[in-house]
Amino acid sequence: MTTYPLEVNRLTVAYQKKPVLNSVSFQIPSGKLIGVLGPNGAGKSTLLKAVLGLIPKVEGDVSIFGRPYREQRKSVGYVPQRESVDWDFPTNALDVVMMGRYGHLGWFRRPGAKERDIAMECLGKVGMADYAGRQISQLSGGQQQRVFLARALAQSANLYFMDEPFAGVDATTEKAIIQLLHELKDQGKTVMVVHHDLSTVQEYFDHILLLNGELVAAGPTKDIFTPNHLQKTYGGRIAMLQDFAAVPAGQV
Amino acid sequence: MADFWIILTGTLVAATCGVLGCFLVLRKMAMVGDAISHSVLPGIAIAFLISGSRDSILMLAGAAVLGLITVFLIQSLQNGGLQSDASIGIVFTALFAIGVILISRNAAHIDLDLDCVLFGEIAYVQWDTLIINGYDMGPAAVWLLGGTLLVVLIVIGLFYKQFKLCAFDPALAAAVGIPVALFHYLLMGLVSLSTVASFESVGAILVVGMLIVPASTAYLLTDRLSVMLIYSVLIGAASSIGGYYAAKWLDASIAGSMITVAGLLFVLAFVFSPLHGLVARYHKRRSLKAASA
Repeated sequence: MTTYPLEVNRLTVAYQKKPVLNSVSFQIPSGKLIGVLGPNGAGKSTLLKAVLGLIPKVEGDVSIFGRPYREQRKSVGYVPQRESVDWDFPTNALDVVMMGRYGHLGWFRRPGAKERDIAMECLGKVGMADYAGRQISQLSGGQQQRVFLARALAQSANLYFMDEPFAGVDATTEKAIIQLLHELKDQGKTVMVVHHDLSTVQEYFDHILLLNGELVAAGPTKDIFTPNHLQKTYGGRIAMLQDFAAVPAGQV
Repeated sequence: MADFWIILTGTLVAATCGVLGCFLVLRKMAMVGDAISHSVLPGIAIAFLISGSRDSILMLAGAAVLGLITVFLIQSLQNGGLQSDASIGIVFTALFAIGVILISRNAAHIDLDLDCVLFGEIAYVQWDTLIINGYDMGPAAVWLLGGTLLVVLIVIGLFYKQFKLCAFDPALAAAVGIPVALFHYLLMGLVSLSTVASFESVGAILVVGMLIVPASTAYLLTDRLSVMLIYSVLIGAASSIGGYYAAKWLDASIAGSMITVAGLLFVLAFVFSPLHGLVARYHKRRSLKAASA
């Protein structure tokens, strides 16, 4: 039996009794880039947070490489939404990336030279080595996002969760991020990305999950990214969405 | 000798509060510090009523418990759907009021003065000495505050990375397995402890000034958390020393003068800080304009 990087069974999550995710079940394949799509309020971020145990679930099981998340923390990397932190915090880029190592340090060990080296290497991978000593509020939105990615790389995980890494970044950063995602994939890692821009879905992702409070569909992008499924996910409101699915990848 | 003890007491208060204040400011919880400092009052009163003495250890325990209850109640109201500032306002005024009733009802036959609780009397600190085996060990408050500072430094020192990550990015902290709630309550417990250890000298109201003002000043002066902690302690100490001499000169409340000096230092940093000050920002804008013209 193969173990999936992530297997979710009948996951239900509610905020103050209002259900956000209703009995969602799926598995994601190993070594792929996976997009999580759906309208606002569909529960995309909630899904990531529930999987990571950041918010309580009403019911359901989550297993990561066949075991509960608690036992697999070190094989999981997480990139929260950029707006979720205060970028005026008194710290610099290198220091933020070193935070990615904290989970590996245990209770009492302090980050040292080894963590610094790893963090510098990760900053280099996202093209931010020159900004290591820069106060984080002085970085542009795209640079901040890259620092967050470098921090996730520093977690040296096998499965990554990224919450809207492309939100509010310029074209250069978007290209850099997608290149990085492909490098991760080539190393056999699995990356699950909450995504908004339907025009790039076919280009970026091997596999998608369509969410709308419930799981509408999941599977390889070419099978799932169809007008019919998008209609079900987004409702009739956005008829033009169907155009995306009608055009083959690469021509959008 | 009186000068020395008063300044030492003030500096110990400033150091303890300065360290914790940085984390409160960064977590945008300054007003929670305010709430705790007020709502420990019933804890102090109850501990006093039970023991009938100003036995500091019991008061510390009573106040620490009340501090944690305060934080817990604020959290519960928030989770129940109330705005966070309203939750803080409700919990701390209600608990503080209970404390006022407890103290005023029993004021006739107990030696706990409401004014002293609210505003502190750092000048009296030197008379209340700790005597062990007949040896005069110096003011009890100094020992109490010194012990509290030691506890704060040990806890923050051991778990610096956890406190830092919980302040910057609690979601990642939780994801990598740091017990965020535990560290939240640990911080709140430390704030309660230092509040009550400080209240005798600076009072329940002015201790908020020591928690928030030096930390906010330090925030304006640096871009590194570790440096901010050190600056905060130094600024607090400078406020204590400057405040003491200002009070002597003006013949006014010592605690009041200390916080006033802290306030003045804040204004100086706000205007002249090379990183975030008004003047620096003005010059930056001017030079940008000149460059684009």
